[in-house]
Amino acid sequence: MQQLISLLVENKAGALMRVAGVLTSRGYNIESLTVAKTIDPTLSIMTIVAEVSEQGRELLIKQISRLVNVVKAVDLSESRAVRRELALIKVFVEENRRAAVLTEAQVFRAHIVDASPNSYTLEVTGSQDKLNALISLLRSYGPVEMIRSGTMAMARAKHNKLPVPRFSESALSDG
Amino acid sequence: MALLSGAQILLESLAREGAEAVFGYPGGVTLPIYDVLYDHPLRHVLVRHEQNAVFAAEGYARATGKAGVCMATSGPGATNLTTGLVDALMDSIPVVAITGQVPQALIGRDAFQEADTFGISRSATKHNYLVKDVRELSQTIHEAFYIAISGRPGPVLVDITKDVLLAEAPYSGQQAMEPLRGYRLEVEPTPEAVERAVEFLWNAERPYIYAGGGIISSGASEELVRFSELLEAPLAHTVMGLGGMPAGHPNYISMLGMHGSYAANLGITHCDALIGLGVRFDDRVTGRLDKFAPDAKVLHVDIDPAEINKNRRADLGVVGDARAVLKRLNERLAETRGTLGKKRRQTRLAWMQHIREMKREHPFCYQGSSEEIKPQCLMEKLDEIAGGDSIVTVDVGQHQMWAAQYLRFNAPRLWQSSSGLGSMGFGVPAAVGAKVACPERQVIAIVGDGGFMMSIPELGTIASNRLPVKIIVMNNNTLGMVRQWQELFYDKRYSEIDITSFPDASLLAASFGITGGSVASPEDLDDALQHAFAEPGPYLLNVQVAPEECVYPMVPAGGAVSEMILQPESQAAEAVAGD
Ligand SMILES: Cc1cc2nc3c(=O)[nH]c(=O)nc-3n(C[C@H](O)[C@H](O)[C@H](O)COP(=O)(O)OP(=O)(O)OC[C@H]3O[C@@H](n4cnc5c(N)ncnc54)[C@H](O)[C@@H]3O)c2cc1C
Ligand SMILES: Cc1ncc(C[n+]2csc(CCOP(=O)(O)OP(=O)(O)O)c2C)c(N)n1
Repeated sequence: MQQLISLLVENKAGALMRVAGVLTSRGYNIESLTVAKTIDPTLSIMTIVAEVSEQGRELLIKQISRLVNVVKAVDLSESRAVRRELALIKVFVEENRRAAVLTEAQVFRAHIVDASPNSYTLEVTGSQDKLNALISLLRSYGPVEMIRSGTMAMARAKHNKLPVPRFSESALSDG
Repeated sequence: MALLSGAQILLESLAREGAEAVFGYPGGVTLPIYDVLYDHPLRHVLVRHEQNAVFAAEGYARATGKAGVCMATSGPGATNLTTGLVDALMDSIPVVAITGQVPQALIGRDAFQEADTFGISRSATKHNYLVKDVRELSQTIHEAFYIAISGRPGPVLVDITKDVLLAEAPYSGQQAMEPLRGYRLEVEPTPEAVERAVEFLWNAERPYIYAGGGIISSGASEELVRFSELLEAPLAHTVMGLGGMPAGHPNYISMLGMHGSYAANLGITHCDALIGLGVRFDDRVTGRLDKFAPDAKVLHVDIDPAEINKNRRADLGVVGDARAVLKRLNERLAETRGTLGKKRRQTRLAWMQHIREMKREHPFCYQGSSEEIKPQCLMEKLDEIAGGDSIVTVDVGQHQMWAAQYLRFNAPRLWQSSSGLGSMGFGVPAAVGAKVACPERQVIAIVGDGGFMMSIPELGTIASNRLPVKIIVMNNNTLGMVRQWQELFYDKRYSEIDITSFPDASLLAASFGITGGSVASPEDLDDALQHAFAEPGPYLLNVQVAPEECVYPMVPAGGAVSEMILQPESQAAEAVAGD
């Protein structure tokens, strides 16, 4: 079962190693992990997707929360969080099918970010399912190369359990 | 403000945090520290191996509750700390470890004696630091002590690059610290949790208190005794909890678990309300989880939220410091005493009676001998000598379990055992640390012949610091605990367990400039012990014991605790206790 974890961590050396260490030392495979600074540059948000059994989840969240650099960890697996992923997909396509690829891109609201005589590179964001659907479609046009960002997740307004720094109260005002 | 070097700031900061002694071993990148130490009042104890620096720091910490401090150089010095750090982590012991690191300019270039100490110690510590700016050093040391001691205690490592040790910065001596945003301490229980716990406690018919290391680290002994008295409930300790409640207290049963007593293990199997206080439901206690306390509802008090529901689901989890929680509970229990109906009180008294009878009928026991010294007999004699108020450190193996069974402690912080990691080689250096911490107290290290062989270098530390510790080697000529498992579970195919060529104890001791001796026959044992303890200085006593004795009772690994083996096959067909 995939577990979706959202973390607010102090942006300190070693923070990523500590979090990843809790997962890897228990033998969990990390499927994806994204991390970037928040509005408050001393804090970062991580989103982790990992294969964790139902019974292991509560313990994992608690053991991550216990890390000194982790401000808060929440399990979003069961929640209606907004989940998005970005993919860059390069598809190698024959002359006569180029137009069809453009139509597919439109349907999926993908942008063409690069083009060459025998390929297109598409940028698309969406849920994992949407990305998977587009990728498998494009594979019918020719060989495909892709890079995915991994899932980012944000709890919906009412369930925002991470104390994510906001502009109004952010460290930005301090310079 | 005065400008000090990083090395000076380090030592000033250690002194400021209350460190009385540093157990350490110098090397290339820590030379600046040792140069300052040369005429600094902070006491440094030169151990003979860095692993023993951590064990000694643990010995200091276990005896006092304060953080023990150890120090090592970069590379091999730092990697030698690893076992000790994990040991402190597993047993939740506060230790601050200082390591030197190669200069920043050389990090990542496979410099001489470079090791990724920050990475290596990540999973061996509660938290760790790499200090790359001398201006952060003072605050980092303060944070390290704070994190080591507060909440669930544990080891914290501070890796300091050599250029930081040499650089200068102003030092104010302030214990300034930015708030640690990710570090939450939940000390006081919520009032709701307390009320629910009180209800839980009065509803029980067969309550049973299972109390461990958390009682010791929170200093909750007094509250624990009162709690057990208010509830009129029996109490067993884990190996880590020994001394939490005085062993002579009428409500005290014994240690429980793999080598716990019949009464303790049957009691926990039949109780209907299990009250876990500062315990972590370790597999050496629970055995097979689905048969552990099968009829019980569980109340679990722990300062670490991650412990609640980890191994056994708690019907009621209370997060908080054991002492703070017990204080609140005791107040409320005293106020609500009337809640307990007459009938239920009768049931509970009968339960307590039943436990006491089991304890009387099935004490820890063994077959005496007039030909050889039985290890259990040695422990009984050491119990008399220790008198319940000596510090006793043990190593790992059979002697550890016999000591846990037979020695009785009147107070916490007297018993020191590497329990969670079970690291052989712990006993002797831990005694070094304990003696440095408590010079007035009798300190006895009880170790096996195998573990002692790992600790021999520390005789040097003991001799040169004239630390009057008594080392008692329970010598069965084998790696006893491994032999026991091979006997019981591997068809007596004894493989690689003979510790031959054990040195002559008196010659070995003499070669270090201390006294020692050996004893092998039961009639000489009293004299030998008397001699050892009459000696004002350190003493090494090698006690030759019956080699084939096994520790009983024993719950086979993964078995149900109610199905313990009570005595050797030779004495009876395998006696199986339980229902
Ligand atoms: C050869 C061998 C045999 C063994 N056999 C046995 C055996 O038969 N029986 C046995 O009991 N053990 C045995 N052990 C030891 C066992 O492996 C565990 O180390 C031990 O049972 C753990 O004790 P504990 O549950 O008290 O937890 P500890 O390791 O002492 O942990 C303390 C717990 O208290 C919590 N805590 C810390 N501070 C506080 C506070 N201020 N307030 C509240 N909670 C706090 C911590 O979060 C943690 O959960 C054996 C070990 C060896 C090496
Ligand atoms: C460092 C380390 N290595 C191996 C073990 C495994 N082990 C556990 S008990 C034991 C035997 C200990 O023998 P000894 O020190 O003679 O003590 P005894 O059991 O005879 O009392 C061994 C090898 C361990 N606990 N620690």
